[in-house]
Amino acid sequence: MLELRKDIFADERDDNLKEIGKGTQRQDMLGHVTGASTYFNDHKLQGMLHLKVLRSPHAHARIRRIDTAEAERSPGVRRIIRGADVPHNLNTLLSLINFGKDDEPTLAVDKVRYKGEPVIAVVADSPREAFEALAKVRIDYEPLPAVFDVEEALKAGAPVVNETYPKNTFTYYDVYDHQKLRFGDVERGFASADHVLEQRYQMSPIEHAPTETNGSIAAPDTNGRYVVYTSTQALFFSVDTCAKILDVPSNTFHFIGGTVGGGFGGKVDTLTEPLAILGAMLTGRPVRYIFEREEEMQYGPPRGAERIYLKDGVMRDGRIVARKVRAYFDSGAYTRLSSYAAVKCAAHLPGPYTIPNVYGDIYCVFTNRTPATAMRGFGVTAMDFAIECQMDKLAHLVGMDPMEFRILNAYRDGDMKAHRREAKNTALIECVQVAAEKAKWPLREEFKRMSSLKGGGGTRAAVPPTARDQPVPVRPAAQQRTTYDRAPQAAGPQPPHPPTPPPVAPAPAPQPAAHGAIRFSSVFGSRRR
Amino acid sequence: MAKTALQFRHNGRDVAIFVDGGTNLLTALRDLVGDMTPKFGCGQGGCGACTVLIDGDAHLACLTLAETVEGHSVETLDGIKDGPNLHPLQRAFMEHFAAQCGYCTPGMLMAAKALLDHNASPSREEVVNAISGNICRCTGYEPIINAVLAAASGGRARA
Repeated sequence: MLELRKDIFADERDDNLKEIGKGTQRQDMLGHVTGASTYFNDHKLQGMLHLKVLRSPHAHARIRRIDTAEAERSPGVRRIIRGADVPHNLNTLLSLINFGKDDEPTLAVDKVRYKGEPVIAVVADSPREAFEALAKVRIDYEPLPAVFDVEEALKAGAPVVNETYPKNTFTYYDVYDHQKLRFGDVERGFASADHVLEQRYQMSPIEHAPTETNGSIAAPDTNGRYVVYTSTQALFFSVDTCAKILDVPSNTFHFIGGTVGGGFGGKVDTLTEPLAILGAMLTGRPVRYIFEREEEMQYGPPRGAERIYLKDGVMRDGRIVARKVRAYFDSGAYTRLSSYAAVKCAAHLPGPYTIPNVYGDIYCVFTNRTPATAMRGFGVTAMDFAIECQMDKLAHLVGMDPMEFRILNAYRDGDMKAHRREAKNTALIECVQVAAEKAKWPLREEFKRMSSLKGGGGTRAAVPPTARDQPVPVRPAAQQRTTYDRAPQAAGPQPPHPPTPPPVAPAPAPQPAAHGAIRFSSVFGSRRR
Repeated sequence: MAKTALQFRHNGRDVAIFVDGGTNLLTALRDLVGDMTPKFGCGQGGCGACTVLIDGDAHLACLTLAETVEGHSVETLDGIKDGPNLHPLQRAFMEHFAAQCGYCTPGMLMAAKALLDHNASPSREEVVNAISGNICRCTGYEPIINAVLAAASGGRARA
């Protein structure tokens, strides 16, 4: 049996843990070992049709013309679906909580922005006939310059990936092109430090690769509604997203899910349900849309790659006095959930350490890559990877044991965190002590005696004087937002911009990062896997 | 499209179906026989989720032409229980937490059964080798290996 350390977590709960440390049988285990667990694709419906999608072969291209005449005549084809057939062909996932602008079509209309973007869907009697019809669709593309690097995407003159965000960055509160964290004065901290270490960390995009690929089956029900079997990890999220895209009330749908063949975050984006339901609406028949393995691997959204620059000032005795962070989240061509990842990241700085001067700039950047999405702690995992690598390097730099170095800098009860909340129920010191003990790693006596309950607060509870950034005047966008269904305007001299009055400085929200983090955690906190 | 009549034994019972040319065994079992226990994971022989036994040997149903099982015996997870009683491998998987999402489990169990049917007391290395074509993305492989070894020693204890 494991025991809850009441000396540290007295405020957390007064009962004793009954489950941790004991085996408990999963309620779905018998179904799993007998093969009786019903995944979405285990439903066989009378007259079921099969939907397949034609995807962009280009990372960035204008669509000049789509010719489906030959595909329409292909044997077994019931319906060809174009962007114009989608009732509300522009969406962003977090619009359900009023966050972000609609930036992503269900089927591309005037432009494709990443390799693999869906353009045309075919509903046919069999998967083979759907594939054969797809091969007969002719699309005339005009390839456009593409950008694949987050910092290149922010340079002047970079290709505009997504016209909804002409600066290639997600816009927070309609004004800010990044998440900001300011606490104290890092430059003064660096000036007083004995050592300054600046490093660059780069993550890769990571595919979840669930054994079951993304998919769904939608069927007209006998009561005018549609029953939808789906692999989604986010059932109610998907219901409302489909209601918006298909422009019907959400009670039009009866979603059935819950048994998911692995997700890890890769099944929260409502990738297949809207087209499966639309196919069922247009044909009056059950429609199945399941990713092939290649689609899952190449076009299924990955964990976004992140580039992180860390600059730390440290004293000879091991105290970190300043930490400056600049991070870029590669969102790919559309927002999906990366805007939220950047908020989480900013709220997480500077890691579980008490550092008197902290500075963070976190960007959510658009590139011509596959849109990124949730994956196991996204927004925090990569930052922790960078911070903990940096902690080892800093310990080495000052000649300290890396565990003792973490104990020395760990936050303690009563300390002020950089996002201006008091640290409570902290236990990093005890975690490191227990880990060292288990690993038989020698700690000096004074570090064994340190405690999260002692030495915090006091001067460490103060919010240091922090200079406010000058508000950046809002410049007219380099490229005006275009509506999605309109062909792009011919290049030519722009009409002169009317002189804009000096923008009113937006009242800076007192704690933008913390505020955002709290707002979203109530929505996502208990759901993310 | 011309269809071919196909007869084979499926979990001890004779079945007869009509298949299109080129139909693989996975599609035939799931869509025509109605046995949903073999799973589609890749269609390329890369994941093992569709593993079934043909005449006692483990095969990937997605890479097996349906017509090649004419007259042969096909066994899937749906057939390994003895009436209401679980197979020792199924009990061992339950007891050792050898499934999380459950999607690789049918293939894992069939690969393991092929091993134990040929080798009642395999070494750990032989178990690892037997399930090396089956991908699990959730639980990790250790609980699965432990479950197969437990099922093997359980069988020996009863013998």
